[in-house]
Amino acid sequence: MTASEQVPDEITLKGIPASPGIAIGPAFVFHKDGPVVQERSIADQDVEKELKRLAEALAHARKELAKIVEFAEKKLGAKQAKIFEAELMILEDSVLFEAIRKRVRTELKNVEFVVREEIGKYHALMQTSKDEYTRERANDVEDVQNRILRNLQEGRLVSKIDGSHIIVSKNLAAADALILSRNDVLGYVTEIGGSTSHMVLLARALNIPAIVGLHEISTVVHKGDTVILDGYSGVFVINPTRDTRKKFEEKREGHKEFEGNLATLRDLPAETLDGHKVQLSANVELQEELGFVKRQGADGIGLFRSETLLLGKEVFPSEEDQYKTYKAIAEGVHPKRVIIRTFDIGGDKLMAQAVRENNPFLGWRGIRVMLDMPNIFLDQLRAILRASVKKNVSIMFPMVSSLKEVRKAKELLERAKKRLTDKKMSFDSEIEVGVMIEVPAAAVIAEDLAHEVSFLSIGTNDLIQYLLAVDRGNEIVSNLYQEFHPAVIRFLRRIIERGKGEKVWVGMCGEMAGDPLATMLLLGLGLDEFSVVPHMLPEIKKIIRSVHYSEAKHLAKKVLNMETEDEIEGYMKKVMKSKFPDIPLE
Amino acid sequence: MIQEEVTIKNRAGMHTRPAAALVKLAAKFKAEFYIEKDGLEINGKSIIGVMTLAAEQGSKLRLRFEGEDEMLARNEIVGLIDRGFDE
Repeated sequence: MTASEQVPDEITLKGIPASPGIAIGPAFVFHKDGPVVQERSIADQDVEKELKRLAEALAHARKELAKIVEFAEKKLGAKQAKIFEAELMILEDSVLFEAIRKRVRTELKNVEFVVREEIGKYHALMQTSKDEYTRERANDVEDVQNRILRNLQEGRLVSKIDGSHIIVSKNLAAADALILSRNDVLGYVTEIGGSTSHMVLLARALNIPAIVGLHEISTVVHKGDTVILDGYSGVFVINPTRDTRKKFEEKREGHKEFEGNLATLRDLPAETLDGHKVQLSANVELQEELGFVKRQGADGIGLFRSETLLLGKEVFPSEEDQYKTYKAIAEGVHPKRVIIRTFDIGGDKLMAQAVRENNPFLGWRGIRVMLDMPNIFLDQLRAILRASVKKNVSIMFPMVSSLKEVRKAKELLERAKKRLTDKKMSFDSEIEVGVMIEVPAAAVIAEDLAHEVSFLSIGTNDLIQYLLAVDRGNEIVSNLYQEFHPAVIRFLRRIIERGKGEKVWVGMCGEMAGDPLATMLLLGLGLDEFSVVPHMLPEIKKIIRSVHYSEAKHLAKKVLNMETEDEIEGYMKKVMKSKFPDIPLE
Repeated sequence: MIQEEVTIKNRAGMHTRPAAALVKLAAKFKAEFYIEKDGLEINGKSIIGVMTLAAEQGSKLRLRFEGEDEMLARNEIVGLIDRGFDE
């Protein structure tokens, strides 16, 4: 090392741990505010080539949009499809594209840059308009711009990265994370995003460590920097010293050993010391996870998030495409059971930028969207039914808030069954139907809902947000999201008691089911099924197998009489630390 | 060259539908056609340009026609706007 070489300083930062594991390796900074656009100068002789690229990209973009409009017309009706009118017309704006071509010729810059500059000009003007309608059209203009840029970069998409890297990005949509995961990804770090974002769920599913909420990180880290990602604590180190690196390598070894020990539990049942048995299942998003889920010893899949079939797709998958996926999952876990949740999406995901709500969280989502789009819903129901021939598939409806909704959904299910019968296609005519309890109203009428279905599954992620009026993704109040808030515990008790009182089983697929701190409490409240992220299966099983149901019940009774979340959480921590000193409870 | 000032009559202003109608009509003529509003001038044959105008009801637009069929273009285009885009 010469005098002029400098060892870069070690920088330690802390974000929110989102997916466990420790990764050590080079960073790759991924940018995506819309497609990556770099300004490049081009030579005179390359102008024609650039213009040809533009023409091809435009042709693709038009075809893409035409497909979307066609689908929109079929499924949503001609009226809804009109929302794409503006985009369609802009793609045919000869004045605009002549201006773009002219600029490429005279300024000798790459076409991506000129497209963004030229269309961006109009976008900026519209965005600042006093007229609300025009501000909304600005989004259409941005869509067109990005559509063209995306098509220009087809084949140049940053999806091929050499070597293993830790991806660092401002934000990472699930689709991007998925595409990038086809490379050798060691971990993900983002600046924004809450710990329930789809990217995070994906990272956990793929068993890749991740950290979110690390502000400004993509400007601090450079491509190639050696970094350490600790997904257990949220610590992120740039340019670690040799000692620091050793420390984390040791920590990584320690965790591996602990996890290895847990693997022996795989084939043992989730049964307490005094013989109380529960179902311990997995929450699954992708077919790719099945192998891992089986190795972790799941009793089945308690939640299959079907909306991942929509990842990165512009149009809804057909009944046939859906059927193929559901069939693969059902066969993959057979004879164990899989519960397929129907599409749980916001209306805004139905079509790109079609719907803009002020408060989507309280808006058009979950079962509401599906009941408004019966054709799409029926496609999915038929696909699920067809996959149920081996009698190991159940259906679950998300975000249910009234008996009326459940009855309507069941009616549609009957229609789907009849259609299949008419076409002489087989399915499980006794297919089990359940609902998610995540809207507080559903919890209050749990006993009535229980008359209509065979099971209830508690979605604590949203239930707690709605119940406590806290947006988990809002960093200012996210600490108010408390699993152990007395209101939450009492609600859980109510749901479980009322459901079981009506002879339906009650499970939980929300994150709380996979929180080791909550296991004894949930056991004691009488939960029948825990559906957790696959990574946590062995740990939760270990806890269940190490306690008595009687002591869990006793603990639950005590907790129900406590008045504050601090009291409850403190008590749970005390109990857990004394019984399970080696389980990390960060 | 012909210049003319017009006022947008229809309630919803020049939203996507009338903007499209205007652009489609203007494309028929050889003459160049520009629209100016509040100091911003755009090419009237460009839909993205017309959309940017955000011309609400009552707004005043300054039209400019230049070319061999400018008279005909002016007549038809002003006619369309004055009829409230036939909405």
